[in-house]
Amino acid sequence: MAALSDTLLVVAMLSYLVAMICYAAVYAFGDRGAVAKVATRELVGAGGPPVVEVVSEERKPSPGRPSWASRLAGAVLVLAATAQIGSLIFRGVAGHRLPWGNMYEYVLAATSVAAVAWIIVMFQRPALRHLGLYVALTQVVLLGVAGLLLYVPVGPLVPALDSYWLAIHVTAVAISSGVFLIGFVPAGLFLIRSGYDKGRHSFPFSLGERLPAAGVLERLSFRLHAFAFPIWTFGALIAGPIWAESAWGRYWGWDPKEVWAFISWVVYAGYLHARATPSVKQTTATWIAVLGFLTMLMNLFGVNIFFTGLHSYGGL
Amino acid sequence: MTTTETRPAPATEPPPRPGWGNWLVGLARRLWRQLTSMRTALVLLFLLAVASIPGSVLPQSNVAVEQVQNFYREHPTLAPWLAKVDGFNVFGSPWFAAIYLLLFTSLIGCVVPRLRDHYRAIRSRPPKAPARLDRLPHHAEVPDFDGDLSDVAAALRKRRWRVVVSDDSVSAEKGYLKETGNLVFHCSLLAVLVAVALGSWYGWHGNRILVTGKDSGFCNSLQQYDESKLGPRVDEGKLPPFCVTLDDFEASFQSSGQPKHFRASVTVEGDGPTHSSTFSVNDPLRLDGASLYLLGHGYAPILRYTDRFGKTQTKEGPFLSIDGMQTSTGAISFPDANVDPSTGKRDANLQMGFDGIYMPTAPAQAPFLRSDFPAENNPGLLLTAYRGNLGLDAGIPSSVYRLDQAQINTGRLKPVGEGKLLKPGESWTLDDGSTVQFVGTKKYIVLSVRHDPGQGIALVAAVLALGGLMGSLFGKRRRVFFRLTSPSPTSSSRLLEAGGLPRTDYPGFAEEFASTVAAVREKT
Ligand code: HEM
Repeated sequence: MAALSDTLLVVAMLSYLVAMICYAAVYAFGDRGAVAKVATRELVGAGGPPVVEVVSEERKPSPGRPSWASRLAGAVLVLAATAQIGSLIFRGVAGHRLPWGNMYEYVLAATSVAAVAWIIVMFQRPALRHLGLYVALTQVVLLGVAGLLLYVPVGPLVPALDSYWLAIHVTAVAISSGVFLIGFVPAGLFLIRSGYDKGRHSFPFSLGERLPAAGVLERLSFRLHAFAFPIWTFGALIAGPIWAESAWGRYWGWDPKEVWAFISWVVYAGYLHARATPSVKQTTATWIAVLGFLTMLMNLFGVNIFFTGLHSYGGL
Repeated sequence: MTTTETRPAPATEPPPRPGWGNWLVGLARRLWRQLTSMRTALVLLFLLAVASIPGSVLPQSNVAVEQVQNFYREHPTLAPWLAKVDGFNVFGSPWFAAIYLLLFTSLIGCVVPRLRDHYRAIRSRPPKAPARLDRLPHHAEVPDFDGDLSDVAAALRKRRWRVVVSDDSVSAEKGYLKETGNLVFHCSLLAVLVAVALGSWYGWHGNRILVTGKDSGFCNSLQQYDESKLGPRVDEGKLPPFCVTLDDFEASFQSSGQPKHFRASVTVEGDGPTHSSTFSVNDPLRLDGASLYLLGHGYAPILRYTDRFGKTQTKEGPFLSIDGMQTSTGAISFPDANVDPSTGKRDANLQMGFDGIYMPTAPAQAPFLRSDFPAENNPGLLLTAYRGNLGLDAGIPSSVYRLDQAQINTGRLKPVGEGKLLKPGESWTLDDGSTVQFVGTKKYIVLSVRHDPGQGIALVAAVLALGGLMGSLFGKRRRVFFRLTSPSPTSSSRLLEAGGLPRTDYPGFAEEFASTVAAVREKT
């Protein structure tokens, strides 16, 4: 089972690479069947102040059938995600436990959530499916880091982790991290696209030409962040402290991991605030979201590698 | 969320009148408005995040004192400077407090007017339908509608809209939950802060090592803890009076040495009738007014020393584990050894100290430095004996886990012979004819005893905050309007016109609007 899990990880990584190549072909040779059009209408009246209503056509199926390369890319991406989730499941079967008990498994779990979140987005917004290139890229990088640097053989849990709070806390945190990861992709692409719209055509803004409209990216990014934020709040700031209380005797102790969970939370709260403040530019707000994701990475890799604390059973 | 309407425009200031008083009032008003603006909240949030970073980079004295001491050793010039700006106590520092207190002041200043506005909004009625419903983002017409406005209103009420009926039209609104949730969320954050403050004022904790056995028990008073802290409002004399003895500690391990299960069995007196209990990692023992947490475990070797005058003393000392296999180091000293029975005087240069490495599973051959397994399969104690002045009388507080290194370096405490590996029960005769016997070991646990009266409140507040947050993020304010008209004065069939207006970003509104119109048409 453990060997099967390892094989599936390799299959997943290779499939993501193939998906990337297919998407790259689509970018190179066309098939942008669906370009989301966003129209903005100003509405007045209805007893209230003016309201800006964004009318988008992004949900409409694309005119013209997607090219074979595009469909192949999507299929390979789904295959990659299946292999990835299979790898996670067999890891759990091999260890007779939930497969997120160390850093390697945690990255595998969070990226699996990201894969699922992306597939949902892909089916709901066909117009955005070509962003799969960037999703596959992120997946390959993270899985590569996990497989090469963080890998540990399957083993049982240490008593410190042997608690049903592992299921609750780590699951919630992994889900929200995975969704934040998928939110990060359109956030970054929005910044590229809006740079392109402002007339900057050097790399990486040159990529903007082929991206969906800025408003579409921005709204997708917000949706995903708004979905992940309460889960993060629950996982990191409620379930985590409850577990910490029963394991260490205090619900919050400013352990490095807790500090960075707090920082991520505050930064993402800042993003939601910034986005709700009209005087703050959308690019500024989105930069805060990108910063939020960097703090998540810092928490996952930086804290486990550089600092020692109570959470240092990361498995490094 | 893309709505641009909810924020009230800043009130225009009255024209300034001359005079210092007015100037000051104006300034204060301006500052207050500045402080309670969303931009300031944003800057403060950002500052809070940045200010937390040093708290993870530098060791914090309330989390890891030893690491702070190491830092002092490694950076002797930098450390005092950092200490001056509370670098080792970031989360208790005045500058950190300044940020979050400003943030929470801003929060109050922001939430109070919104509470008032929202209260008014809830009590006010949805506005009258606009003149032209076809100019709303969503519009539908139901020809030949055979009901009247009260049917429309009833159908809407059934779907939990707030409805107002006027002569020719119905207005309805939904989604007050959004603002309610947002306010609940922000107010709950304040409650969390209060709960944290309560915990630090009225909470206390103590940590100690507890060895198995009746005579090693302890009672809940500050002197009995190795380390303790009382909140400023806690009366030391009023700590809950219980006594705990450790009857047994069981640990089981995987064949790799990784621990599987821990279980501490204790007898508790003074907390109701005397009773036995067990607890474990992740499963603390809850007593009235305090909880006991299992933080660690280890072995305490027992030494029996018979000095040159034939006097025997037995002592145990908890050894601290230095790796996952429970290789443990520690020291046991006999300051009262070799007291000449004829004079009754103690010779400060004939004190005895032992330090050693205890291996619950000693390797089969030398070197005897690392245990092979954390359980006691082949216990071995590599002991080094020292004779001389232990340095205990100098009044300098010394660690019970280590002999005084300064005394050894200066030669006042000299090693006696080479180190020796002892199995339980084995004795070692030293050069002066005295003997030391490794009697065996006892188990010990590292215990934290804590009470935090704020934690329940913090939990309730955090859960409320989460609920409010979800209402705020996913709630959608929207309005629908219906108007009944007769297309021409002669026609008897009537036209029902509907318009819908999402007041916040709400992609699914078209479907809801359609199904609402359908429900009204069917009068369900
Ligand atoms: C303790 C610090 C604070 C935190 C952690 C915090 C967090 C949040 C979060 C996560 C949201 C998102 C909910 C949503 O978008 O619906 C939010 C919304 C909001 N916050 Fe705060 N907040 C804080 C302080 C403040 C302050 C000081 C103000 C006033 C200046 C404020 C005003 C608002 C407003 C008006 C919204 C609604 C935005 C909208 O959706 O239109 N908050 N806050």
